[in-house]
Amino acid sequence: MTQKTRTALALAGEIRKGKCSVRETVQETLKKIRTLDGDVGAFLAVAPEEELLAKADSIQKRIDSGSLTGPLAGVPVAVKDNICTKGLATTCASRILENFIPPYSADAVERLEAAGALVIGKTNMDEFAMGSTTETSAFKVTRNPRNPEHVPGGSSGGSCAAVAAGEVLLALGSDTGGSIRQPSAFCGVTGLKPTYGTVSRYGLIAYASSLDQIGPVAGNVSDCAALLEIIAGHDPKDATSLQRRDCEFTAACVADIRGMKIGIPEAYLQEGLDPEVRQAILRAAETFRSLGAEVETFELPLTEYAIPAYYLIASAEASSNLARFDGVKYGYRSPEGEGLHEMYKRSRSEGFGPEVKRRIMLGSFVLSAGYYDAYYLKALRTRALIRESYTQAFRTYDLLLAPAYPTTAPKLGVSLDDPLKMYLGDIHTVSVNLAGLPAISIPCGADSRGLPIGMQLIGDAFMEKKILRAAFTYEQAAGTEAAEKKEA
Amino acid sequence: MKKQYETVIGLEVHVELATKTKIFCSCPTAFGGAPNTHTCPVCTGMPGALPVLNRQVVEDALAVGLAANCGINQYCRFDRKNYFYPDNPQNYQISQLYLPICHDGYVEIETSNGPKKIRIHEIHMEEDAGKLIHDEWEDSSLVDFNRSGVPLLEIVSEPDMRSADEVIAYLEKLRRMIQYLGASDCKLQEGSMRADVNLSIREVGQTGFGTRTEMKNLNSFKAIRRAIENEQERQAELLEAGKPVIQETRRWDDNKEASYAMRSKEDAKDYRYFPDPDLPPVLISDEWIERVRRRLPEFQEEKAERYVREYQLSEYDAGLLTESRNIARLFEETASICGKPKKAANWLIGETLRLLREKNMDPEDLDFSPEHLAALIDLADSGAVNNQVAKKVFERIFEEDADPVAYVEEHGLKTVNDAGALEAAARKVLEENADAAEQYRQGKEKILGFLIGQLMRETKGQANPSLAGEILKKLL
Amino acid sequence: MAETITLETIDYVSILAKLKLTPEETEGARSDMQKMLDYVEKLNELDTDGVEPMTHLFPYDNVFREDIVTNGDAREEMLANAPKTKDGQYLVPKTIE
Repeated sequence: MTQKTRTALALAGEIRKGKCSVRETVQETLKKIRTLDGDVGAFLAVAPEEELLAKADSIQKRIDSGSLTGPLAGVPVAVKDNICTKGLATTCASRILENFIPPYSADAVERLEAAGALVIGKTNMDEFAMGSTTETSAFKVTRNPRNPEHVPGGSSGGSCAAVAAGEVLLALGSDTGGSIRQPSAFCGVTGLKPTYGTVSRYGLIAYASSLDQIGPVAGNVSDCAALLEIIAGHDPKDATSLQRRDCEFTAACVADIRGMKIGIPEAYLQEGLDPEVRQAILRAAETFRSLGAEVETFELPLTEYAIPAYYLIASAEASSNLARFDGVKYGYRSPEGEGLHEMYKRSRSEGFGPEVKRRIMLGSFVLSAGYYDAYYLKALRTRALIRESYTQAFRTYDLLLAPAYPTTAPKLGVSLDDPLKMYLGDIHTVSVNLAGLPAISIPCGADSRGLPIGMQLIGDAFMEKKILRAAFTYEQAAGTEAAEKKEA
Repeated sequence: MKKQYETVIGLEVHVELATKTKIFCSCPTAFGGAPNTHTCPVCTGMPGALPVLNRQVVEDALAVGLAANCGINQYCRFDRKNYFYPDNPQNYQISQLYLPICHDGYVEIETSNGPKKIRIHEIHMEEDAGKLIHDEWEDSSLVDFNRSGVPLLEIVSEPDMRSADEVIAYLEKLRRMIQYLGASDCKLQEGSMRADVNLSIREVGQTGFGTRTEMKNLNSFKAIRRAIENEQERQAELLEAGKPVIQETRRWDDNKEASYAMRSKEDAKDYRYFPDPDLPPVLISDEWIERVRRRLPEFQEEKAERYVREYQLSEYDAGLLTESRNIARLFEETASICGKPKKAANWLIGETLRLLREKNMDPEDLDFSPEHLAALIDLADSGAVNNQVAKKVFERIFEEDADPVAYVEEHGLKTVNDAGALEAAARKVLEENADAAEQYRQGKEKILGFLIGQLMRETKGQANPSLAGEILKKLL
Repeated sequence: MAETITLETIDYVSILAKLKLTPEETEGARSDMQKMLDYVEKLNELDTDGVEPMTHLFPYDNVFREDIVTNGDAREEMLANAPKTKDGQYLVPKTIE
């Protein structure tokens, strides 16, 4: 892979043309991981080399014979460690799953493999996707490749860091409350959270089932679209999987947004927003205007209720989803303790980290007798209102523009002391999950310290194509702008 | 003076549906597999696995609900019931709390005071748990998930029953109804029908309810009856002694004929139900309900009435034949093949029920073909086999679905109508039983029966009995 | 005012959640939960009367499987991750006292 071919689509093109082999590509990726990942810490596990090479050769054969023609055939992909990969440890970055080797692969992984992409390894994350810095991982620290003293964001921090560091060109993440979009912003890469139900959740180890979605992380919009096109599709094994017939996402990457109406929710530009992030968003708005879109700010109601509703719903679902980790069927069992209940309690207390326990406790409480209506049902009613407020907004606007996070990446070691403060940072991302909407995070500059800033483009349900088209148009323009600046 | 108490009973009946696959995965529900051989990521609660609802479960639930005169929640949903136990692989059971599929129905039972309606509060769909076996050697338990995820209907009655008799009548009614629907075989011993008994007592004349207990682990009608009698006595003794009845779950021990409380501080009984986000709601259209309603079978009462009308059977016989849908089916098919409904009824009521009792078998397990029974009836009618032989042949049909024509042929069981051959045999019998022959000649005519018996034995039971009598008389 | 969380509440919830907390963790859990509940109290500003709780995002319904057996015997695969097994079963501490 040469310096010039920095996109996955281009790399796959070179493989198809015979300019490089799948085997060479895999070897080069492994070499990059070996050289770079010591500093970054993006990977929890890398697939065994012989296995990868055997797969590479078989993919090569199928490409050569013309039976495999997919746009990403032969490209290595990193996969977040909460997505099951048959035969390859899948831990959710938790002690409780330290030795878990899934007997099956997630539907998204099967689709990747069917398309000739290779799962190169598993990436670090916040434990069970609970966190926004990747610091709640039980196993290792992941650093932001743009500045190693800073966090990569989370919970898909490993996937985003691996792409940002150039270890891989593509990765899968999962997004429950911003877990793809926020680390993408922190690391300066492109990540997309699809409409709920677009990518099967079968094999995604659930954090909050009604919010979780798998999505692509890449270095640019086209790669992101191509990866999404591969993993999207109806799966009969997931009853919440949608039957969509509009999944030609690559074709949506057209540089033309003339006449598009973009709204910026006023509330997202207000208190708590880093002035440099605000500036970057307003600059991006200017760019969109210059490209022929109509951009204006507007009142999006209820934004301040999204975080409380989100944490109630997510914690409640998590308390139930994570009950299965009990030392009986898989994962960690405490060697200590007499009797069944003692085994349960010790295994879970020793196996789960503090943030996971905190959310399990909160979720168990809000569902317990006497509190269900006041907390859980109240949150579900709020959720309905938030969804409705978006539906209203999309009567006027094609897309919404918003920051991905109120700040750029914080330093390592400062976020976990105050959980509530950490939760409040999710203000720009969680309502998208509550409403089941698609949203992309793409780089839109950097702060004065050189840390990337990301912006979100949010679409109505099923409007990924609009999002991709606007993001692609912006990316082209920004790329041209940057090149012009360089020349000047 | 001792107070008079009235017993108030409500039942929670669990029925395992006879679907081919589990409720949320495509594993077989068949009995008898080695432990954990009918399991997959879904029914062992693997991380990342997801449930997908089996359509047949909804069909069966609708049919049972309609048969029990229930209203249908046309928008119904699944909820998670959260509790930790090793037989429950996800540590939550997928069930229905907030919007169960059926509600507010009733079934009618016969009591000593005439017919009585037992109201049904609701019927909901849920998944069964795995099986736990205690391992004495290891001082531990072993978990088998083959039953995990087998579909269950839970039928919750109102507290409308007042005695063990009413409870048994209600259960028999439900069982017959569900067997007629083909939704379950409803075998208490095998656990495909289970009843938890909620029981309280109150002084006669009171309208409020006393504190109730819930009795589990009742595996037969006998156990249910004993447990009810035992529990009403236990509660009465408590009240007589001025002690309160504690609301609790009790486990019946059939060997000790006693129950004990299942208590643990680790079981808070706070199930934290909430709608399962993995399962979209079920919408049941009017058309769907009508389709199921049109397919409801003829139930016992209608069938029995028809038998009396159509086949001129006695009410008693019609009742016996329709106790089991399987016997009723055998009856109708046999009658239509041989055109002799009374004879078919006699075989099924007489020999069939006798053999079932003798072998302690469930009528649902009968699987001989009506063609064979019909053929046997024809053989007997034509005189080709006598009664004694026919019964013997029927046992072969009952046991192994033998073809009676072939069996009789093969074993040379045809009635001997050949007078010459019979006469030779009769001479031999009279020679060997000279005393008896002498007694007959002296006027003791009753002894002819003995001699006929000897002749039957000589001919291995194949002699035509009336011909045998005639020949003997002639020779004497 | 939000619900007041006592140490007894935390003990009760830890039984439900099957977690064993040290005294220090119990106090931490109490204060964390109190803070969260004080915070989510905000939702009570919102009038949600008559709003149907949103249990599912999209109006999809009637997602069924047909009643056909497609799974074979996967026992060894299912048991491969179990911490303790015996005779093809999962071994757990005894469940009856």
